[in-house]
Amino acid sequence: MEVKDEFREETTKRLKNLGVDPAVIGEVTRLVNVGPLEKLLNLARSDSLWPMGFGLACCAIEGLMASNMARFDLARFGYEVMRASPRQADVMLVCGTVTKKIAPIVVRLYEQMPEPKYVIAMGSCAISGGPFVDSYNVVPGVDTLIPVDVYLPGCPPRPDAVIHAFMQLKAKINQAKGGKR
Amino acid sequence: MDDISNVSKITEPVQKRILAKIAAAHPEINVSEAGHLHVPVDSLTAVMRDLKENFGFDYLSNVTAVDYLEYMNVVYDLCRVGTPYMLHIIVRIDRENPVVPSMVPLWGGALWQEREIYDLLGVIFTKHPDLRRILLDDTWEDHPLRRDYQWMSGRD
Ligand code: SF4
Repeated sequence: MEVKDEFREETTKRLKNLGVDPAVIGEVTRLVNVGPLEKLLNLARSDSLWPMGFGLACCAIEGLMASNMARFDLARFGYEVMRASPRQADVMLVCGTVTKKIAPIVVRLYEQMPEPKYVIAMGSCAISGGPFVDSYNVVPGVDTLIPVDVYLPGCPPRPDAVIHAFMQLKAKINQAKGGKR
Repeated sequence: MDDISNVSKITEPVQKRILAKIAAAHPEINVSEAGHLHVPVDSLTAVMRDLKENFGFDYLSNVTAVDYLEYMNVVYDLCRVGTPYMLHIIVRIDRENPVVPSMVPLWGGALWQEREIYDLLGVIFTKHPDLRRILLDDTWEDHPLRRDYQWMSGRD
């Protein structure tokens, strides 16, 4: 996934408008780049997402445990700071089956998270109810309760896919205009 | 019953002997061919207390219930800790008025298992100290493991 260096482009454009010599532009943009503060904040945000350690079913083993351990090591990307409190978390991985009994708690935890907040629906259960969609007590997808940013299919998704979902979320945050979405 | 206190392997003659002794002590019990004890609901508490105190079946390992549409069965599995012998006790109850005495006074471990059966099948356990739903929401209506339960699938 190629991420455009928007800051460099912006700086180059401004210097060109000022009629600066191209050689000087190259030297300057090597050291200094300018851009809107929101973009800078998004950059910081997208590289240090703090997930909430909140597992509901089998997917939590891959999404919150395996992807954090040595072989896959989510810490390489800066996403390893599992928070036990929604007040400190940026992203909620909905790892597993959402039953009707847990649904009010999922909503409450989401509402307790401070803005900007993001949701990854992990596994076919969180996306659509998965293998239990015909059951009498399973919510058919967490997006019927809270807004979802990234859908991560699989049953369960591999830890590589979890990392990919985080990368997608990172791209989404960086493309956002203002603070959120 | 000391003939079974030090055995580590199940042997059919011993199991048969246990069943025969129980049947002799309680003529109201009907022992099926498979070795299941069919106990009438009125004498359940007395039989269970006798099995626990005099026959040494000191551990209630499982309680469950089955809905057969015309009637319901409540099923108890008893074992004697340290030996491989188990008893399978079946109590037939009326489906429209499913009431059985609670086993919590005899085995505290029945507390949650009986709550679960009440939650999913609607069996009422009399003298249960805390008969509330355990898995489903407190506001849930009806009992979903009953065969005639109707519900909406989450599919579009
Ligand atoms: S999607 Fe599959 S692995 Fe994930 S919680 Fe559902 S059943 Fe478990």
